[in-house]
Formats: sequence, C-alpha cells, structure tokens
Amino acid sequence: MRSRIVILGGGTAGTLVANRLVRRLGDSVDVTVVDQDDSHVYQPGLLFVPFGRANPEDLSRSRRRQMDDAVRFVPSGVDSVDLAANRVTLSDHEDLDYDVLVIASGARLVPEETEGLTGPGWNDRVFTFYTPEGAAGLQRAVRDFSGGRVVVNVVDLPIKCPVAPLEFAFLADWYFHQRGLRDHVELVYVTPLDGAFTKPVASAHLGGLLRAKGIDLVTEFNTGRVDGEARRLVGYDGRSVDFDLAVVVPLHSGAEYVGRSAGLGDELDFVPVDEQTLQSKAAPNVFAVGDAAALPTSKAGSVAHYEGDLLVENIDRLIHDLPLSGRFDGHTNCFIESGFGKAMLIDFNYDTEPLPGHFPSTLGLPLLRESRLNHLAKLGFEWFYWHVLLPGRDLPGLGSAMPTRGKPGLAGAGLKED
Amino acid sequence: MSTVTIAAANVELDNEGFFIDPTQWNEHMVPELARRAGIDELTDRHWTVVRFMREQYLNTGSGPTVRVLGKTSGIPIKELYELFPHGPAKTAAKIAGIPKPRGCI
Repeated sequence: MRSRIVILGGGTAGTLVANRLVRRLGDSVDVTVVDQDDSHVYQPGLLFVPFGRANPEDLSRSRRRQMDDAVRFVPSGVDSVDLAANRVTLSDHEDLDYDVLVIASGARLVPEETEGLTGPGWNDRVFTFYTPEGAAGLQRAVRDFSGGRVVVNVVDLPIKCPVAPLEFAFLADWYFHQRGLRDHVELVYVTPLDGAFTKPVASAHLGGLLRAKGIDLVTEFNTGRVDGEARRLVGYDGRSVDFDLAVVVPLHSGAEYVGRSAGLGDELDFVPVDEQTLQSKAAPNVFAVGDAAALPTSKAGSVAHYEGDLLVENIDRLIHDLPLSGRFDGHTNCFIESGFGKAMLIDFNYDTEPLPGHFPSTLGLPLLRESRLNHLAKLGFEWFYWHVLLPGRDLPGLGSAMPTRGKPGLAGAGLKED
Repeated sequence: MSTVTIAAANVELDNEGFFIDPTQWNEHMVPELARRAGIDELTDRHWTVVRFMREQYLNTGSGPTVRVLGKTSGIPIKELYELFPHGPAKTAAKIAGIPKPRGCI
C-alpha cells in the first residue's frame, strides 16, 4: 500500500520536502500539501521593498506551481491534528488521514500581542517589513521621509531571519546617504538582546558595523507598549525610545492549529522535535521542519533547505521500518546586506558559532566580512531559490552539514561555544 | 568562571553570574542569591517565579524567556518586571540556580 504523507504548509520547507519525497520515493507514496492560500512569497525579497529595490507583486508566485505534478495540493486552512487518530481536520476540505505527517506551517506574526502596536499610527508611522503589505507601506513612508528619528525594533525572539532587522538598519543608512539626507536622519537599533546579535563573534562584528555606520544601539530593551500617538516605544522596565518612524519586527508564534492540537506544540505553538532527526516528541510518525520546529537554530530558509535533505531520508526509513539515520547539525547560513552594494555572510551550526573565513571552502565567499561578491550572491539567490532550492535539486559540492574547510578559527582552541 | 560561597556552600558561577552546575543549588541559597541580584525583600510572588523557572529548567533543559514566563507562570509580564526590575528571566534564573535561558538564536 502507498504511504500517505501529509505536509501542512506549502512554503519553503513544505515545498522542497514534497518535491524531494516524490522524486525519491516515487509511486510508493501519496504526497499531499495543504496550505490556506496559493501565494508563495520569496520572503528575503521583502527587505528590499522599503528601499524601492523590489516590489511585492514580483516576489510572489503560485505555491502549487512550485510543486512536482505528482504532489497533490489542497487549498484549505487547518483546523487541528488528532495525533492519536493520525488525522488532520481541515476547515475547507474533508479530513485527511496520514501515515506520516510533516508540520511545515512556519511562523506567524502576532503584532496584536504587543500593546498598542496595531493601534494608532500602525501602517502610518509604525510599520513592519515582514509582510508584503507592511513592506509596501514602508516603501511609501521611507520615500516621503525628510528627516528625524528612525527606530528599528525587534520585540522579542524567535523571529524569522534574525539578521533581517540589522540589514534593514544598514540599508536605511545607505538609502538616506544616497538621498543626501543621512545628516538629518538618526538611526537607532533597539533589541532585547545584550548585543547586536546572539552569537558572540558575529555580535561583535555586527556591533562594530553599527558603530561604523553611526547607528545607535539600545540593548536589553523589552518592548511592552508602542505608543503611536506619542511616537514612543515603552519598555517593560520603564525606559522609552522616541521615534518619528518605527520599523518593528513583531512577536512570532507558530500556526494557530498547532495550539488547537493537543500535545503537538509548545507555549508559542512551535513544535518540539528531536534536534537531529526532526521527529516530533509527541508522535513518532510526525515531523516538523523549517520555522515551525522549536529548535535552537535560526528560523531561516537555509535551515529549511539543509533540514529537508535529511528529513526525506528519515521519512523514507520510517516508512520502511528502519531506524532514523538523518542527523541535522543545526547548519545555517545567512547573507547580511550591509548597504553600499556589499554584504556579509555568516555560516554556523548548533556547536560552532559564526566564524571568519570562507564558504564553503578557502576559495569561496568571505565569511563575516563585507564584500561586493556576497551582495551579488545575495541578489542571485532569488533565481536559485525558485529554480534549485524549491524543486529540491542537489547542489554539487554543497551538502547539508556545515563545511569546516575555510574556517581557520575552527582549528584553534576556545572558539567553539560551550 | 568563579567560585563563590553561598549559604556556606561553594558554587561555581559563570562570568555573568549563572550557575554552571544546577545541582549545586538548594532553596536555602535563595535569599542570598536574591540579594546578590539586587532584590532585598523576597515575596511569595518572587518564590513562585523562582520555583517555576527551576521546574521548567528541569523539565525542558532551559529556563523560559520572559515571553514564555508571562504566558505560562500565571504572572503577567508587567508584574514580572516589577518583581525583577533588571530582567525577570535572567534574574530569576540566577536565583533559581540554572544556566542563562537559551532565549533564541
């Protein structure tokens, strides 16, 4: 009998896993992907929208058309998952029974969880660029901005692409320089972390870059309230930060149906899984991949990409009653746009923090250093995303595990995280 | 890393003042740890948070972040900040004798 594999979510992770599954397992599986809409947004492109370098309508394509013909696409919301019955209840379609379930429904923005954030001033002087609508609104606001204080604020982690707000600050510096307005714009980066970023070496590099660009850094700020009328962020500890234009990355949660499904998710509706096999801690035939998984690594497309490979191997083995062998090492890499046509690249995993060097080996892209080459690679990545990553094609010379060649620091003692 | 004496026992703390070995902790240390963290008067509400942090750590391997603490401890985030003005998750983790909450990456 054919194994029924149901994938909830047709974004980066769900799409590439579905395509890899049908290619690897062919007629032995029925693969169904469920998503509430048919719009797949290239999310890294949203960063460029506020600066007029991309338009939201060009970033979106049909979800269904990114999937192999052998994949069945069901457009529907998800009501809940019944782990005991191996059944998914859908809001706009009959129930689906599964042999293997993959949770790939990503992360959801919950701006309403921060007092005042969606109140007065929302989409007028308080924006997020994490949605196509928000990014488009911010494009107008940035274009019409003639001077004042621009505050970039991360409310709390986890967020998708944790470097994106830093990139926004770097690009804003560059954008206002280009327009001859930089002397009239004060840029402030406000974060709940105790530095520019989480990982110590990268945090020091990125903090240095903020200083060099004249961007103020406010740390350990936990936004309790956004007052759009008084134009002020108010922290839980009583501190406040004034703004003329606020660019806020709202709180993130997992999909709502995860919260409605007994035993499946954690407090934030992300799905706890084994860090290496991606198998749910609630049921052996359930996996979570990409942003939906509660893992100590970044919520980023590169993670979904690296996870996809071994997840497909593990599903194959599960179906054939073999022990799981695919092991995810937490591998992540991120391009960090730093403005003026340059970008940095960071590469890390569960055990190794981002280090200087080159990726994937000594002749590759420079790591933790600004370069024109990284910027071009970042721009070229969009083509790669639609034509290589989503179809789930293998890349010569690029496996899932973090490469150690090209990182001289790795040989030294004391650089590994404890 | 440094070794300090809390309630007549030696414990090892990391550079930020978090316990390296949570098994070195016991409840008798709480008042002194709280004073070291700037809290002179320990109320029942403080104890609730400290015990909750400890329990979560033992169950999940990491202390919760402020947001999760606000969702799950029964104490709203505003009050958590009144109890621990220098950051509820970090301060309560130090007093509960557990490592720095992992937060996120």
